[in-house]
Amino acid sequence: MDLKFLDFEQPIAELEAKIDGLRYVGDDSGVNIAEEIDRLQVKSASLTKQIFSSLSAWQVAQVARHPMRPYTMDYVAAIFDDFQELHGDRMYADDDAIIGGMARLEGTPVMVIGHQKGRDTKERVRRNYGMPRPEGYRKAQRLMQMAEKFGLPIITLIDTPGAYPGIGAEERGQSEAIARSLFVMSRLKTPVVGVVIGEGGSGGALAIGVADRLLMLQYAVYSVISPEGCASILWKSADKAADAADAMRITANELEQFGLIDGVLDEPLGGAHRDAESMAAGLKNALIAQVEELKALPTETLLEQRAAKLAAYGEFREG
Amino acid sequence: MSWFEKIMPSRITTERRTKSVPEGLWIQCPHCSAQLYRAELARNMLVCPKCGHHMRMGARDRLRTFFDEGAFTEIGENLQPQDPLKFRDSKRYKDRIVQAQKNTDEQDALIAAHGELFGMPVAAAAFEFKFMGGSMGAVVGERFRLAAKHALENKTPLVSFSASGGARMQEALFSLFQMAKTSAALAELSEAGVPYISVLTDPTTGGVSASLAMLGDINIGEPRALIGFAGRRVIEQTVRETLPEGFQRSEFLLDHGAIDMVVDRREMREQIADLIRKMTQRPARLSEDTATLKALDLSEQDAAD
Repeated sequence: MDLKFLDFEQPIAELEAKIDGLRYVGDDSGVNIAEEIDRLQVKSASLTKQIFSSLSAWQVAQVARHPMRPYTMDYVAAIFDDFQELHGDRMYADDDAIIGGMARLEGTPVMVIGHQKGRDTKERVRRNYGMPRPEGYRKAQRLMQMAEKFGLPIITLIDTPGAYPGIGAEERGQSEAIARSLFVMSRLKTPVVGVVIGEGGSGGALAIGVADRLLMLQYAVYSVISPEGCASILWKSADKAADAADAMRITANELEQFGLIDGVLDEPLGGAHRDAESMAAGLKNALIAQVEELKALPTETLLEQRAAKLAAYGEFREG
Repeated sequence: MSWFEKIMPSRITTERRTKSVPEGLWIQCPHCSAQLYRAELARNMLVCPKCGHHMRMGARDRLRTFFDEGAFTEIGENLQPQDPLKFRDSKRYKDRIVQAQKNTDEQDALIAAHGELFGMPVAAAAFEFKFMGGSMGAVVGERFRLAAKHALENKTPLVSFSASGGARMQEALFSLFQMAKTSAALAELSEAGVPYISVLTDPTTGGVSASLAMLGDINIGEPRALIGFAGRRVIEQTVRETLPEGFQRSEFLLDHGAIDMVVDRREMREQIADLIRKMTQRPARLSEDTATLKALDLSEQDAAD
């Protein structure tokens, strides 16, 4: 499998190339090669463990943006049954950068909404690289309000570089679309679980991320502006993205420490794309647990807790 | 006497300036380049008497010229910004805060208050753009929430005057989440049937535009104010086109259905009061229902656009 190794994974890539080479040589020389492959695989795993145990924030961002990382549709296929996609904002268009629909989570009907990136060039363009236009947010709002109406818990999967900065998006009210999503989500009379599965890009991510429980995958990132954007504004150079990524504390573990998210889901060694199946299984368990817990709460309590949680964001001093 | 003073002679009375004018009695209008007498500009609420250009107005001046007699009680004024991330770029965030506080004489980029508008109790919040570009950090979000809470508890309308570049990067995700926090406070206010009027002034962009500023029951733009989600440069780099003249200005937003009205700053009080009177089932305002405004004390920085 071509794993598309990132820059900082080059030592792993070299080992893996060696392993592939040995496999290619085949069984001619018998046992020794199999032993050598085993030995190298152990070494590769421990090297991966070592490299991934001390990733910088910028390196984590690279993993979060990895071209092979599982996207919303991959998780939908692996976690839910009977997914029926629903399209359109009923006003203007259907935005392929956000998908939504009803599905079953271990039998329980739920509404699933998520950003969707494309896997190949053609799909990337169709999905607009996962950058929604106002229609996407309005579709999401429509589906959330429908979920509320029929008592379906809502699960959102967040993975976007940000809301699309285009002329048409501005003309059709990108600001209002995002603002209204926040407004609507804050008072939905049904449980909302949000999970950042890849890139949590600013307002475009938050717009489907106002939740009773907000989780992040271990190598997902969530930030107010992209590290490149922050660097070009504050450091006057996009080359300082790594510094900006550090300064903004964009990783799941740091954000959990600051109390900004409710939990971190461990990823397989080397990132979710190395073992999408086990990642999906872990995510599924977490979703089932969260939905069950939230469904047990009376609606009034749910809304009170959500309001209190949102009101508490931010640190300041009195006096 | 300017054309405006001829129309509206007595509303805005000026007091004698006690402070001496620091320097430069004259200010050039950035739009029509007319040389304007500082005191006259102050009388005219920082609107160029020659071309009607609305210069940026500070938060405190905004509230002074909004509430009756310029009198208001601040909400959450004791809140001080923190630096939870120990953020440092070319400068430390802590130092940026101190510098901004010194430059503006404000603790952060939003003042929340309550007072009266033509005798009606109202809560209001105004952004100070000169404080780190009016960026929304935790203090801005909390003060706004407290203003909304005051409005909710007292069933008094809430008015906001936004002027902000958006989120405050130095507070990173804490800042982003202020969008959710302020929007949630407005959703509660809306459920309770309390009016919220959002006035978008130059400039209102990014995370502030994409949260509290666009959520008014009524959204009002000041003439020619820049209002939008993404910055011009970002859009130009993305679409590789030059943006049309007037793009993301109030009039453009009015054309595209994003705001209800464009209102001249000099009529703002009356217009807002008349909206609120209808929304709260009050009788119409009588023509003699005027209130004296405290004059603007136009300091040196006020007109430096």
